[in-house]
Amino acid sequence: MIGLEHYLTVAAALFVIGIFGLFLNRKNVIILLMSIELMLLSVNINLVAFSSFLGDLVGQVFTLFVLTVAAAEAAIGLAILVCFFRNRGTIAVEDVNVMKG
Amino acid sequence: MQADLNIILPEIVISVYAIAALLFTAYTGRDRMAGMLLWLTAALFAAMALWIGTTGQGTRTAFGGMFNDDGFARFAKVVILLSAAAVMVMGQEYMMRRKILRFEYPVLIALSAVGMMLMVSAGDLMALYMGLELQSLALYVVASLRRDSAKSTEAGLKYFVLGALSSGLLLYGASLTYGYAGTTLFSGIIDAAEGQAPIGLLIGLVFVLSGLAFKVSAVPFHMWTPDVYEGAPTPITAFFATAPKVAAMALFARVVHDAFGGVVGDWQQVLAVLSVLSMFLGAVAAIGQTDIKRLMAYSSIAHMGYALMGLAAGTAFGVQAMLIYMSIYVTMNVGTFAFILSMERDGQPITEIASLNNYSRAHPARALAMLILMFSLAGVPPLLGFFGKLYVLRAAYEGGLAWLAVAGVIASVIGAFYYLRIVYYMYFGEEREPLETSRSPVQWSFLMVSAALMLLGIINMFGVEGMAQAAAATLVN
Repeated sequence: MIGLEHYLTVAAALFVIGIFGLFLNRKNVIILLMSIELMLLSVNINLVAFSSFLGDLVGQVFTLFVLTVAAAEAAIGLAILVCFFRNRGTIAVEDVNVMKG
Repeated sequence: MQADLNIILPEIVISVYAIAALLFTAYTGRDRMAGMLLWLTAALFAAMALWIGTTGQGTRTAFGGMFNDDGFARFAKVVILLSAAAVMVMGQEYMMRRKILRFEYPVLIALSAVGMMLMVSAGDLMALYMGLELQSLALYVVASLRRDSAKSTEAGLKYFVLGALSSGLLLYGASLTYGYAGTTLFSGIIDAAEGQAPIGLLIGLVFVLSGLAFKVSAVPFHMWTPDVYEGAPTPITAFFATAPKVAAMALFARVVHDAFGGVVGDWQQVLAVLSVLSMFLGAVAAIGQTDIKRLMAYSSIAHMGYALMGLAAGTAFGVQAMLIYMSIYVTMNVGTFAFILSMERDGQPITEIASLNNYSRAHPARALAMLILMFSLAGVPPLLGFFGKLYVLRAAYEGGLAWLAVAGVIASVIGAFYYLRIVYYMYFGEEREPLETSRSPVQWSFLMVSAALMLLGIINMFGVEGMAQAAAATLVN
């Protein structure tokens, strides 16, 4: 029988993979965008699992909001990335270094 | 339904205005209209601030408790709208001359203002998230407004990646809070989070707090601040340093008191640690900076530490101290950035601190105003900045956090060094190539008015104290 805790474990694992993808990745900014998406989707799993467990629809409504915002966020992230590529001719993470820090 | 819409009328007006302005400029004049549009937006903000400040009364909720219109929200909204209007107006000439004043700028600022107003009024995790994202998404774009500059797009990219990470953390916390409290309404969460709260709820609380700490740039979630401040065009840096900080801080207060007011002891430690780290890192890391915008970034990190100290007290007086501190901080920053905007040589903006050498000889009045602002930022009595610090220190002491108050005093002594260094350069620096100053009367008047407020405000703070007290009383009871 698959219960709430199984879903929460999967979501937590995906979330941690997303965070590690952000910090350990040294190659490509696109991978950062994918990691961000992974984090948001793991939250969606959490929300839907809780929603079904509690018998409460609010969690699923929340999920729809998160999905919409995630799409907007990806659009803006890619737009900024295109501008960055036009200026620098690269999207490698290690080249995002005009300013120190 | 009609009553609900009446409550959010200011937000609706600004949203409709933003969409109408976008359509209008897209079909007609494009960037030629930008200057006019910017003044129009600023005027609208000022009118809305006046409207919200004078007509709002009592506490009203809309949409089943998702949206609060109370004294606290109104106080924060007035500060946000007025500071956003001031920053837009004083940056107009700078952006015009460097041809970066596009019509998107006022529209995006208007949309982010709607997001900020929604944030401070949020009564539900969904409303909180939507407000925060509306604000952040608009800010990511304005950070990279200078599309042809490597620095500006890099600032936008860094801000976007770390901002999205913080939204992810906040959202994960929100999902856990929803699961363990069974509701997303703050009024329901506060019932679940009382006494011995379930551990899942506390983990959710910590995630939400770290997501918010990113937005106020508290240490250890501050990494984006110096780079974004340095890379973004100066008028936009000025905007980042003012209105969004107030909104995020107000949201912080809203979440900890409205949703987690029953478990003060649990979040108090978190806020105290964030506060002490921010104050010290802000004070120490600013010392070696050569770029005045980077220095202002560390200065804002330190100031956020002080504001969090007020909040960490966990009392109504603490919230009052935080509101007073943020109002004073915004006023000081508007003046300081008016000065930074006017620094130039051969028409190019200069942000090097060393270029201020001997500034006082050529521009004694401006140097004096800057001196007052720097002393006020450092918290030297009897200027207004000192009273802001006094309030938060008293709140922390009375809230039983005497060690935090002592740490705050030590950090402010360390921090005074780099503010005084700027004053030293201006008055006693060695002779070098002189700095020119743009002749914008708007920037000049903002600088002078802000400096004058630092001096005149010590009489009665223009009644902000009483207003902040009333605002705090509606949040904490």
